[in-house]
Amino acid sequence: MADDRDRDGTEIAVAEFHKKIKEAFEVFDHESNNTVDVREVGTIIRSLGCCPSEGELHDLIAEVEEEEPTGYIRFEKFLPVMTEVLLERRYRPIPEDILLRAFEVLDPAKRGFLSKDELIKYMTEEGEPFSQEEMEEMLSAAIDPESNSVLYKDYITMMVIDEN
Amino acid sequence: MGSGTSTQHHFAFQNAEKAFRAAALIQRWYRRYVARLEMRRRCTWSIFQSIEYAGQQDQVKLHNFFSYLVDHFTPSSHNERDFLNRMFTEEQPPQASEMQNSGDYESIEVPDSYTGPRLAFPLLPDHATALVEAFRRKQRLHARYVLNLLHEARKHLVQLPNINRVSTCYSEEITVCGDLHGQLDDLIFIFYKNGLPSPERAYVFNGDFVDRGKDSVEILMVLFAFMLVYPKEFHLNRGNHEDHIVNLRYGFTKEVMHKYKIHGKKILKLLQDVFCWLPLATLVDEKVLILHGGVSDRTDLELLAKLDRHKIVSTMRYKTRKENKKQAEEKGNANQTGSAGRPSPWFLPQSRSLPSSPLRPSTHKTHRAGRSSSVPCGVPLDPKELSRRVRHSVDLELERCRQQAGFPAIKEKEEPSSSESEVDSDAEEPPQPTPEEWRQVVDILWSDPMAQEGCRANTVRGGGCYFGPNVTEQLLQKYNLQFLIRSHECKPEGYEFCHSRKVLTIFSASNYYEVGSNRGAYVKLGPDLTPHIMQFQANKATHTLTMRQRISRVEESALRALREKLFAHSSDILVEFKKHDKDETGLITLSDWAAAVESVLHLGLPWRMLRPQLVSSLTDNKLAYKSWLENLAKEKLSQQNIQSSLLETLYRNRSNLETIFRIIDSDHSGSISLDEFRHTWKLFSSHMNIDITDDCICDLARSIDFNKDGHIDINEFLEAFRLVEQSCSGADVSDCP
Repeated sequence: MADDRDRDGTEIAVAEFHKKIKEAFEVFDHESNNTVDVREVGTIIRSLGCCPSEGELHDLIAEVEEEEPTGYIRFEKFLPVMTEVLLERRYRPIPEDILLRAFEVLDPAKRGFLSKDELIKYMTEEGEPFSQEEMEEMLSAAIDPESNSVLYKDYITMMVIDEN
Repeated sequence: MGSGTSTQHHFAFQNAEKAFRAAALIQRWYRRYVARLEMRRRCTWSIFQSIEYAGQQDQVKLHNFFSYLVDHFTPSSHNERDFLNRMFTEEQPPQASEMQNSGDYESIEVPDSYTGPRLAFPLLPDHATALVEAFRRKQRLHARYVLNLLHEARKHLVQLPNINRVSTCYSEEITVCGDLHGQLDDLIFIFYKNGLPSPERAYVFNGDFVDRGKDSVEILMVLFAFMLVYPKEFHLNRGNHEDHIVNLRYGFTKEVMHKYKIHGKKILKLLQDVFCWLPLATLVDEKVLILHGGVSDRTDLELLAKLDRHKIVSTMRYKTRKENKKQAEEKGNANQTGSAGRPSPWFLPQSRSLPSSPLRPSTHKTHRAGRSSSVPCGVPLDPKELSRRVRHSVDLELERCRQQAGFPAIKEKEEPSSSESEVDSDAEEPPQPTPEEWRQVVDILWSDPMAQEGCRANTVRGGGCYFGPNVTEQLLQKYNLQFLIRSHECKPEGYEFCHSRKVLTIFSASNYYEVGSNRGAYVKLGPDLTPHIMQFQANKATHTLTMRQRISRVEESALRALREKLFAHSSDILVEFKKHDKDETGLITLSDWAAAVESVLHLGLPWRMLRPQLVSSLTDNKLAYKSWLENLAKEKLSQQNIQSSLLETLYRNRSNLETIFRIIDSDHSGSISLDEFRHTWKLFSSHMNIDITDDCICDLARSIDFNKDGHIDINEFLEAFRLVEQSCSGADVSDCP
């Protein structure tokens, strides 16, 4: 009995996921032929609630690409893979407190901020480095012009409010 | 080597690893944030575009309404007959001689107190430059000079061929600009950034100079001034908005009447003529074709070069008296003969007829086949039945349009060939454009490129076609061209290449939908004909905003427009919601919400993506739909004392209403009588299947007559609907309900 209910519940969830995935996909399907540019797949996946790293994203793309990569991803291949991702709740978003701790790791002296140079250094040399464009965009919103630093607690709060 | 050092190394390593992981985490989070912003930006864009095109479809409905009136309405009372006369005639039909009569402007006195720019002809380059400067300082050109300039412009345009030919031998560089839509700031910016026109600096402006923006008059003045000063180097192409009927809906008519209360009507009349004399295309070095919309698989440049472009007054459709008469005779319909004596609509120039609609190539079966839109009327029908039939035929038309997209060949109802025969049979009237000429011009002014191969009817715009890469290739090869430059479509970056870079869309109205919505661009061609694109955004404010702020602002504007649309269809949406709530719990799932809303609005929007912005509170993941709809209404109701369902109807038809008002207000006085409003509204609502009683109409008319003088001030009426938007646009978003 419980199995039946579970199955129904899963079926409903899958149906709903399918609609969501299709909708997000169609936003980028400019030629209306059920394909999107591979460079937009990351945006689609992330706007569906997932937060993969660049490495994880590359793995996902490899799963949905054609054997001979064409530069385009077809919906038929994308849908089942993405549905699994959503069902398994993979690549969960990062909670606010974890994010805060990450900033604090980079600020061992516990000053409450990172200088502009420090932020640039970490973001462009560590982890999965930012491109120059990504860096500039982050700086434009994050840096407090008076102190030339990012007060990361406030920054996180601002970004989180904006999300919601 | 001791344990101390290795511990230090260990810690150092651990710290480095921690830093690495922390950085990776922050980057991961940030990239997701950016992706979500990008998605919001795309959705916002979709909202604007779908609402814009839905508005153009409205225009189609409106024209069908007028065709219906012209063809079939038999006034049942003396009052109605008078009213129709009033609506369909103007005081004096325009005579060709009037156009050239310099008494038009010479008799207009310019008072000594006038401090604006003064023009003397022939114009000198300094005058044109001074004009730009005067407008930049927000001065206004006196009506006398406006008319004078338009007369001179017309004299010049008449001599030009349909297809301008430009060579990079003479001017080394040619700058091509796209749609400006009344946004003078963008034009000034382009001249500032790129330089004023000169013999060394040629310009081509690719249509749509007017409508929507607030300075269409000034843009025209500047463009015509430079055209007169540098006739060999300054070129204008006609766009689909250089059309007096389109102007009725999209704001140019209103702008002229507002800025020139006394002489506005004269100006509009002259402009009507000037627009038809604008060239249709420009060819650079016989290699780069510049035209406003696009091409079709039938585009014939030789025919386009030869036709009399002046005959194409407007690309919107109206049937003529002549057609009616012939149809009536052919059907032996006694009822129709009464209509033969009725004067023809004033908005249809007396001596010109427009044989077919952009939607209806009248004779040939093409794979973009159109359909007959008139309702054969054998015997006098009661109004209800007539109305029903017309509605049915209109719906059929629109449905067929949508189906066309998937069907290569459609059987057409054979039209009575009145439109063909009238071309030959009437020797008294000046020559009409043939259906083929008509179609050629509509195609180049209205078409859009598409990614798929082929050529199909442009059902979104209601005119022209969608043309694929093969159509482009075919045309380029046929005429030995290198590429096409066109405009007509707003692009986020101000430009876009497609069809393997053989088609370039260039759009010069930045912030078109909203401050921050898009960049403008222009393109420069040198002798090698390589396009160099320059982008801009003529609003300093946007530069200081972050991406997030820019997107939020545009998004808020789009959402407001969308919420208004939702409100305007509340009743239908409620019906759909109830279908998903058979148990009458008052709640529906979000999935059902999305399906219901799309089934009513047909905007093709990603509703699930938009849901968080439109639906704020949920119970158990379900929506209490009645209160959601009530909240939408609250935003509007606070400003009005009009009953909610009436208000909804007004909002839904606001754009059509405005156009109708302006047509009724044939003397451009700015107001119409209650009676006229009631009559029109009755006709319109029955045609559009709006369920509204006579009492309701009277109440509606009375409530719109704000100062109770028996007249409705059009602008006052329309302003009443903008009040909510105005109060929200500048204020903190959180102030708005």
